[in-house]
Amino acid sequence: MPATLRNLAQRLGMMAHSFPGGVHPEQHKVSGATAIEVNALAPVHILPMKQHIGAPCSALVNIGDRVLRGQKIAKSEGYVSVPIHAPTSGRVVKIEEHPIAHPSGMGMPSIFIETDGDDAVDQTLEPISDWLNADPAILRERARMCGLAGLGGAVFPTFIKLVRDQRFPIETVILNGIECEPWLTSDHRLMTESATEILIGMRMIKHMVGATAGLIAIEDNKPKAIAAMREAVAAVNDLNDVRVVELPTRYPQGSEKQLIYTLTGREVPAGKLPMHVGIICQNVGTTKALYDAIALGEPLTERVVTVSGDALPRPANLLVRLGTPARLLFARQGLEDFTGLQIVHGGPMMGERLKGPDIPVVKSTNGLLALSANAMAAAHTVEQPCIRCGHCSEACPISLTPNLLADQCRSDQFDKAADYQLFDCIECGCCSYVCPSNIPLVHYFRYGKGQIALTRREQAFAEASRQRSESRDARIEREKAEKAARRSRVRQTHAPKPDTSKPETAKTDNATATNSSNTANTKPEEHS
Amino acid sequence: MTGLLYALASLGAFALLAGLVLAIAQKMFHVEGDPMVDKIDAMLPQTQCGQCGYPGCKPYATAIAGGEAEVNHCVPGGERTMLQIADLMGVEPKAVEEEAAAPRLAFVREDECIGCTLCIKACPVDAIIGAPKQYHTVIADHCTGCELCVEPCPVDCIDMVTKPELLEHWSWPLPDTRRSQLAHERREQHAGHA
Amino acid sequence: MTEIALTLLSAVLVNNFVLTKFLGICPFLGTSSKVETAVGMSFAVMFVMTLASTASWLVQQYVLIPLDLLYLQTIFFILIIASLVQFIEMMIHKTSPVLYQGLGIFLPLITTNCAVLGVAILNVQQDQTFLTSALFGAGAAMGFALVLILFAGLRERIEIAPAPIAFKGSPLALITAGMMSLAFMGFSGLVKI
Repeated sequence: MPATLRNLAQRLGMMAHSFPGGVHPEQHKVSGATAIEVNALAPVHILPMKQHIGAPCSALVNIGDRVLRGQKIAKSEGYVSVPIHAPTSGRVVKIEEHPIAHPSGMGMPSIFIETDGDDAVDQTLEPISDWLNADPAILRERARMCGLAGLGGAVFPTFIKLVRDQRFPIETVILNGIECEPWLTSDHRLMTESATEILIGMRMIKHMVGATAGLIAIEDNKPKAIAAMREAVAAVNDLNDVRVVELPTRYPQGSEKQLIYTLTGREVPAGKLPMHVGIICQNVGTTKALYDAIALGEPLTERVVTVSGDALPRPANLLVRLGTPARLLFARQGLEDFTGLQIVHGGPMMGERLKGPDIPVVKSTNGLLALSANAMAAAHTVEQPCIRCGHCSEACPISLTPNLLADQCRSDQFDKAADYQLFDCIECGCCSYVCPSNIPLVHYFRYGKGQIALTRREQAFAEASRQRSESRDARIEREKAEKAARRSRVRQTHAPKPDTSKPETAKTDNATATNSSNTANTKPEEHS
Repeated sequence: MTGLLYALASLGAFALLAGLVLAIAQKMFHVEGDPMVDKIDAMLPQTQCGQCGYPGCKPYATAIAGGEAEVNHCVPGGERTMLQIADLMGVEPKAVEEEAAAPRLAFVREDECIGCTLCIKACPVDAIIGAPKQYHTVIADHCTGCELCVEPCPVDCIDMVTKPELLEHWSWPLPDTRRSQLAHERREQHAGHA
Repeated sequence: MTEIALTLLSAVLVNNFVLTKFLGICPFLGTSSKVETAVGMSFAVMFVMTLASTASWLVQQYVLIPLDLLYLQTIFFILIIASLVQFIEMMIHKTSPVLYQGLGIFLPLITTNCAVLGVAILNVQQDQTFLTSALFGAGAAMGFALVLILFAGLRERIEIAPAPIAFKGSPLALITAGMMSLAFMGFSGLVKI
């Protein structure tokens, strides 16, 4: 159906809302039926100093310190930041750079903790059992202290969203259990196995933001999770305002703005947050972590990771302590030789392609995939000329024009690209996925965004330099004028009394002072 | 004869009228200063390095706006700045003669510094702090890498060091496909021909 | 009423000055590399062309014909156009310095824009009334603006397309202009009377 007709039908209420575009990649959810297994402690846990979006943390521990599980080992610097906690008890052996899941391949300062095997827990945080009567601000502070960040993969600090703002009252809490990326099943398993905890976590969020309604959105390819969540909701008597919504499977249904539109018909404007339309959206994993933080007093030290891929003998969902090296997880599932394989951190559509498996599990690790060359074939074919088929525009969930944007980025016409809303692109990869010419469209957008950010940074720096230079010039002018004024004054006092040498000395003194100091240290009345 | 008189009179009167209207318009739309200078100045990198042959970025901007200078003398700004200015001025782009070096920072070896303040006076953007007979140091976030402080130092204790690469400032390169490289090459060649 | 509509339609589409009469090609190619410049140029030309056609009609009717000075037609018209262009140049310099720079030499060159003189001369040749001559001038200017802005939009897109070096820039612009001209020929059958 043409987009305009569909749009009209949706507005008239004749059709359920659905975001434009989207694709249906092959599911590959091979680990969907496998229950979550607890992974053993690693000998050494590696914790990068930044596991969230925002400012990096700074270490609170020194080499040789003994730490307990849940002990804060790095504190947040700045508002958009959350602390990091030790995943198990042990000794800090070193603090140095270690590779992380970043497209640059650059490292990040990390704390290495040698496990002592006791797994002794730091019990300074008390559980808040009566959370229903607790002050939302206290609960919010607990979410920050426990290092909670969006576990869906974006790792935005959770406490920032959990706010009551008079200007933007929140009506609806949406739990995101979509998990639309192929291969990944960690949220699926978590909902199936911990439905009750997730539901309590959701009620905590409702209490914290003062919302009245709750929606739990799950794609229809996870019937077991839907059943489990429905059962959990039915088990609580007074929950008439919470609904489990089954949505048709489509990528990127799990993207926040797309999900909000599908569920409520509200569009989050460009550059705005869901709270501006009265909605808060949380991933189910984060919700479970919030339950742990409040009801159990446990900081975020572990998460569920899907270890999968067509090159992996035994795909699984593992409950993994943060900082566990990825190599160990692959080895546990029977993969030791990585030659010719592509390791992906996250899902295949949006995840980072890694050079190797030597990265630790961090808060954003929802999946670790080992894909064969066969599965990645599309990514390695040669880029062909654009044939203007328009498939990318049809697939774009934001209704952008990817082929035009890519041309603009490629020709360094970044201002034009920004005019065509490059920054609204969520890099979901739908356009690259459908492109028959194998144009790496998203890569071009990332290049363009990076270049624009670089230009903005340079401009800000140049502007600051210009201001400093101008104030310096003004100061030099002022000093010159002061000096001239003093000289003329000295000459005047000098002329009538040629026999006194006092002004002469004063002049030289002042001159030296001005020469040797940066700021004028003459008093204003001296040259008035 | 009268025909010629009519012609002269009417044409003369008409020309006079047009001249009068234009004179009034000139008064009405009088432009103070040159607003282009600020626009060009905003495009320059503000290193104040003087590599363009002018004492700073603003003087160079003034020279370009006045048509006295070519658009291609800003070395730190490189091709991008040149293209922007050429675009604004509506002139043909010209290749920048010198290749800009990788961005660098001045660094004072403090144990050798004698506290003479000469570098402080040389710094066009006040990025060096210190006082007489005290160690000086460069504020890394403010240094533009213009190298103007290196020459005046009597004990040669200022080094130019490469700017450290930050993870937060990393940005994606162009895709490593033949087509993307080709497009870039063609564009550069085209700019060279024009 | 029909006459007015037909005059406008004819000037804008059917007898488009740029693409069917091939007048004003110089600014058409010169100021069409960016849409913003093209829009600025369009408004400048619209202003000059409309005023020039009405002013020249007045001069023709009330000066040249009564005084029997038709041999001075070109000089008078050029004088009108030149003063108008001077006027608008000052105005743009004051209001939009960037547009002033962007238009560059093409702004004073509106004086020699053959489309402007063309409209004035065609007007008097066709024995128009005051109203129709004003409309004809405005319509011709709108037609010029239409194709100039369309063409600038096309060129902006072509600029970023990976074309062979031999075709980059002016060659592709000329080919595009030719194709647009062919397309506009289709308008010749637009109205059947």
